[in-house]
Amino acid sequence: MSEFLPLSFERRMDTVEFRVSERAHITVDGEACAGCSTQGCVVACPANLFIPTSDGSILFNYEQCFECGTCYLVCNVEGAITWSYPEGGHGVVFSET
Amino acid sequence: MATSFDVIVVGAGPAGSAAALAVARTGRSVALVERGPFPGSKNMYGGVIYGRILDGIIPNWWEQAPIQRWVTRRGTMIMTPTQAVTVDFRDEGWGVAPYNGATAYRPEFDAWLADHAVEAGATLLCSTTATGLLKDGSRIFGVRTDRPDGELLAPVVIAADGVNSFLAKEAGMYHHSEPKHYTLGVKETIHLGKQTIDERFGLRGREGADFEIMGCTGGIPGGGFVYTNLETVAVGVVLQLPGLASQDKRPEEVIGALKAHSAIAPLIEGGEVVEYSAHVIPEGGMHMMPDLITDGMMITGDAAAMCLAAGIWLEGVNFAIGSGYAAGQAAVEALRLGDVSAAGLEGYRRRIESSFVLADHRKFAEVPDLIMGERMQTKYPQAICNLASDIFTVTNPVPKKGFQSMARAELKRSGLKLSEVGKDMWAGFRSFR
Repeated sequence: MSEFLPLSFERRMDTVEFRVSERAHITVDGEACAGCSTQGCVVACPANLFIPTSDGSILFNYEQCFECGTCYLVCNVEGAITWSYPEGGHGVVFSET
Repeated sequence: MATSFDVIVVGAGPAGSAAALAVARTGRSVALVERGPFPGSKNMYGGVIYGRILDGIIPNWWEQAPIQRWVTRRGTMIMTPTQAVTVDFRDEGWGVAPYNGATAYRPEFDAWLADHAVEAGATLLCSTTATGLLKDGSRIFGVRTDRPDGELLAPVVIAADGVNSFLAKEAGMYHHSEPKHYTLGVKETIHLGKQTIDERFGLRGREGADFEIMGCTGGIPGGGFVYTNLETVAVGVVLQLPGLASQDKRPEEVIGALKAHSAIAPLIEGGEVVEYSAHVIPEGGMHMMPDLITDGMMITGDAAAMCLAAGIWLEGVNFAIGSGYAAGQAAVEALRLGDVSAAGLEGYRRRIESSFVLADHRKFAEVPDLIMGERMQTKYPQAICNLASDIFTVTNPVPKKGFQSMARAELKRSGLKLSEVGKDMWAGFRSFR
């Protein structure tokens, strides 16, 4: 039955409109992340934008960001995540929520 | 070149639009600055707007507001992975004006409220991000924006810039907030069509249902919800940030488990997810609330942690509107008296102290911590569901046990001490009295 077919993460994110800015509004300091034992952002980010790499660092993509703030609020390493809002008119645009 | 107004409001959510409306109605000039392409475009919630606060602001608002459904069925579910106990309440009276609660799409509702501010004379500036404060010593006199001619000047700034309020943080007004005071809300909007929703939820016309759920977050402190829009059903969970970050289930997996639960799955079977959304919620109430007033600036709505997350009451839009409108009125009063210092803006605090906005937060200040505790999150839902199962499972030919012996056995099985239960009941009684 259709409801038990898992919704792929890609399809889930395809339901959301993003007006992507040229400028990244979040930067991640991979070196700081490499020294972080918890990396809570990886599991907590609802858009799954934080991907751990084999060398213990973190790869980050800002394009499908909900701008919720979860990542910097759970971050344990001072300065690892630099967060600001995207330029006006850019970023997530909700409609039926 | 800088542009001047009497008041600048940052953020055109419910708090900001209510503030701008209050100012514009007195003929004062007010800029309403919104970083999204239209008001509400950045906003989602967990799903009911309680309208009493609007009665005095926009008479007969229900005749024109973009409402999905009027909530006439309100349930609280207590769950384990395989069980559910539901308290299911209906009130036909909630289905007629002036109504009690409504479901709405926030991008529509927030845009509607912003339209009222614009009609009253506010200048709405969309696609404009406020990037910082203009300050002279500690006195705030405007904001910088990312527009080319970016500075906006005003004697009073009202920060309605949401849960992440960079303006309140820049002004040094946050002192007590901790990660545990925040939750992540994630939600799926699932299209099923009106007729299917009416049948499955037992609704007619514009009647709507809203269920709040405990025990559905896999041990992460938080809760869940299911509510009806006209053609869609919203299913979501709210997860306390440190609890979420210190385990290995992702937010969409927690929603997935809730959707697969036997009490929820039949309601949404065959539906198509049309939008996924996420937002952080300030749930710590008084324990995280920032300073509300500084020289030249007031903080409102989610930026001021005004969400009430008190277990059976989960409210935010009404607190945003109440605080925003009060801040707008206080700004006008301060301008008239020629004192926009923190002392001159005290009318804001006076107004919300005497209304539900701060009164409810003070009264239920200890509830959020109580709700997020481990016993409340997992042990009580388990014990309550098991007890219901014991009561309704017919065991003959073994004779029935009495309630007292079932309750005692269940406490033991759930690892609950009578002293802890007594303590929690007393804390609950004190917190809610």
